[in-house]
Amino acid sequence: MAEKIATREAYGNTLAEIGEKYPDIVVLDADLSKSTFTYKFGEKYPERFFNMGIAEANLTSVSAGLAACGKIPFISTFAIFATGRAFDQVRNSIAYPNLNVKIAATHAGISVGEDGASHQSVEDIALMRSIPGMTVISPADGIETNLAVKAIVQYKGPVYLRLGRLALPAVYNNFADCTFEIGKAITLEEGTDATIIATGLMVQEALSAHKILQNEGINVRIINMHTIKPIDEEAVINAAYQTGRIVTAEEHSVIGGLGEAVAGVTARSCPVPIAMVGVKDVFGRSGKPAELLKYYGLTADDIVLAVKSLF
Amino acid sequence: MSQEPQNLLVPLEKGGMLRSNMELLMKGRIVKMSPIDTKKLKTISTKIRMGILDAVFYAQSGHPGGSLSCADILTALYFHSMNIDPQNPSWIDRDRFVLSKGHCSPALYSTLAEKGFFPKEELKKFRHFDSFLQGHPDMKKVPGVDMSTGSLGQGFSASVGMALAGKLDKKDYRVYALLGDGEIEEGQIWEAAMSAAHYKLDNLTAFLDHNGLQIDGPITKVMSPEPIDEKFRAFGWNIINVDGHNFEQILSAIEEAKKLKGKPSIIICKTIKGKCVSFMECVAGWHGKAPNEEQYKQAISELEAQLKELEVQ
Repeated sequence: MAEKIATREAYGNTLAEIGEKYPDIVVLDADLSKSTFTYKFGEKYPERFFNMGIAEANLTSVSAGLAACGKIPFISTFAIFATGRAFDQVRNSIAYPNLNVKIAATHAGISVGEDGASHQSVEDIALMRSIPGMTVISPADGIETNLAVKAIVQYKGPVYLRLGRLALPAVYNNFADCTFEIGKAITLEEGTDATIIATGLMVQEALSAHKILQNEGINVRIINMHTIKPIDEEAVINAAYQTGRIVTAEEHSVIGGLGEAVAGVTARSCPVPIAMVGVKDVFGRSGKPAELLKYYGLTADDIVLAVKSLF
Repeated sequence: MSQEPQNLLVPLEKGGMLRSNMELLMKGRIVKMSPIDTKKLKTISTKIRMGILDAVFYAQSGHPGGSLSCADILTALYFHSMNIDPQNPSWIDRDRFVLSKGHCSPALYSTLAEKGFFPKEELKKFRHFDSFLQGHPDMKKVPGVDMSTGSLGQGFSASVGMALAGKLDKKDYRVYALLGDGEIEEGQIWEAAMSAAHYKLDNLTAFLDHNGLQIDGPITKVMSPEPIDEKFRAFGWNIINVDGHNFEQILSAIEEAKKLKGKPSIIICKTIKGKCVSFMECVAGWHGKAPNEEQYKQAISELEAQLKELEVQ
């Protein structure tokens, strides 16, 4: 197995790795470069790294100006500020002119832990996927993050990359194991009784749920939906037709996130019973990440219960 | 090392009057530059004002007051200072302009049409369903528009990004941004101002269209941003105060800003909202209201008379 690594750290490592290959990449941060790991790019390419201070609105619109002059800006801060505080700037400065800015936001979800609700973004997917033309990506581990960064740098247009604070066990053993294509879901386990569609750190939980259910004779398909927008409609429709039951799992509110994106597809094309594992329209709180994931019902056991509720 | 700012134009003292051009010239404080054809520029700005009236009248919506107040600034930029090519709007080495007060799109569109970026007839379709001239500037649709704006404060930040890119690429192009004096009530303006000075963006020049009025009334009554010059100075900017309807002063200030190294400059332009249309001058009510047919005809005839007066000069 690959080492445990937070997706934010894999992001910073990847930026530093590809900086030479892509001289148009510029990286901007809002006084959180040690936490977002953009400092790694900054150390290697100081002339292309801009700390914009604690000013997220400016950070976001400045990146639009850089993109309008041909740069490929990666802008980083915590997800709560990148998508909430600067929503108008993301919408009007970046997305409306369809500028080539990559918003790589870290500390998404409640696994932020001790900082508490003010810093736990459980609405960012909903906010970003509501903006026309925005691509939304939520990788499951370090290897997928590395491949996602390399994919979005080649894609022209605004992208929201959702990253976490917590060091995660790897989903993929090595690079040969993971093929990343924007908008193309990855089936990790085949199954016929139900499908679990998960994103981010919930992919690992879904794989654990798969094992538990297998021991009980329930055979579930596991899909890693790393791209939430544009969602892989074909993968969702096939899951609905072939397995008849869907459970979605995300470290995000059940409002406006992966669950509703999947439900939107099935409602139009192939209605099936769906259970959503996610944060149930509440704010988070302080605590250890593991405690919080358990408290808010974001574990393998919760996914197992959700699957069983559909039988 | 950044050079200490040298105001070549005498700063406008609080409540004071602007010095005359002659006085400034005699003191050697107007920067020498290529000769200015004031009559030509006045003629162009009058035509731009007529285009503004056309746009707003045929749309029966839009923002005439602040468009008329900034028409001379745009004329000075597009018809004297800026290095641009209407035949090649996305020329990579062009000077950039960001209309941060995006609601004054009629002024920008009329200027671009006058410069030849697109036919003037298009102005009459401004804000119409089938027109590319959106209510607020859309860089994807309009040739010559360098940044989409409309949500106040954001364009100024975008101009900081453009100036950063210019520095990074070691390009000579300059970046100009036009702000409203109501707009600077937005917090983002001061984030942007701080960052431009921090990164020593001397390739960035901002203009403040200081007409003193916003939608709900005088800026000093709604939410006073005064003292504006002291605020920008404290944020690390070079300040130049000018009469925003005096081409010699505007152009001299642009030259001064170009020469100053190590910090960005803001040219604070004292202007008259609704300038050159008698019944619109200094009336906040004309911020975002279209004239009716009678008012439109009167406005156009006033501007035509001003054109004739220039011809006989």
